[in-house]
Amino acid sequence: MENLEMGNYGIYVWSCFGLTLVVVLFSDWRARLRQRRVYRDIEVRIKALEERQ
Amino acid sequence: MWKFFHQLASPPYFYRLAARIAPWLAVPGIALIAYGVYAGLFLAPMDYQQGDAFRIIYVHVPSAYLSMMAYMIMAISGGIGLIWRIKLSHAVAAAAAPLGAAFTFLALVTGSIWGRPMWGTWWEWGDPRLTSELILLFLYFGYMALRGAIDDTAKADKASAVLALVGVVNVVIVHFSVEWWSSLHQGQTLMKKGGPAMDPAMLYPLLAMILGFTFLFGSLLLRRVRTEVLFRERRTRWVREMILSPEGS
Repeated sequence: MENLEMGNYGIYVWSCFGLTLVVVLFSDWRARLRQRRVYRDIEVRIKALEERQ
Repeated sequence: MWKFFHQLASPPYFYRLAARIAPWLAVPGIALIAYGVYAGLFLAPMDYQQGDAFRIIYVHVPSAYLSMMAYMIMAISGGIGLIWRIKLSHAVAAAAAPLGAAFTFLALVTGSIWGRPMWGTWWEWGDPRLTSELILLFLYFGYMALRGAIDDTAKADKASAVLALVGVVNVVIVHFSVEWWSSLHQGQTLMKKGGPAMDPAMLYPLLAMILGFTFLFGSLLLRRVRTEVLFRERRTRWVREMILSPEGS
């Protein structure tokens, strides 16, 4: 428990590490989401074109 | 060598190569960060002046370093795109901007959280390092807003590349601000003449974090560039063939 309190600086230290984790995970999620969206949009457009031909 | 660079500039080649490389950057990145977090939080000794609050450097320093590195990647890629008209370079620049903004935001917020117990204030407007880092964040926002405001991709690439190149001046200011002016922010610790001014027990986790963040950034950047390439090449034959092939992407 003493380790986690970090000599009364725990709130500052843990909030920085927590925020970093959130931002990195968010960046990763955004990258995956955009990749899926772009791929799906192109797939729908190309398949629609194929069907028309 | 030239043949490799020539191939690398080809969007389909890069798209496939990036898919293979990205995981190989992510895995060592995560491993190094795991070691850095554990050693930085639990093994490194407490700083005699800052106490345990110094441990914030293990996320603050890599974020601040990446905030500048991402900008340099963005500006150099934009410059290459402007001079040699390599389309892939503009895709790299566009993909680097949101990541750079994220790490600049992290550097600012973690620095501010560290400043509260150490300096007694969350923010100091007169400090050149803090102010120039904030300007860096605004440059990223400006870059992304400019790209978003221009529908024509080629025009957006050119205009944003010019903005990125002009903004390099600010990156130089961010880096040297602690040497050029008196600053609340501490001076160079790692890139000091005569070697880093840190105990190895504190230094090694920090180096692991910097390297781990760099690998992770590389992996994220490659994935973003792939998406950017896919979007820009959406009307080309290779994308059509890839989508229609049974293996997909």
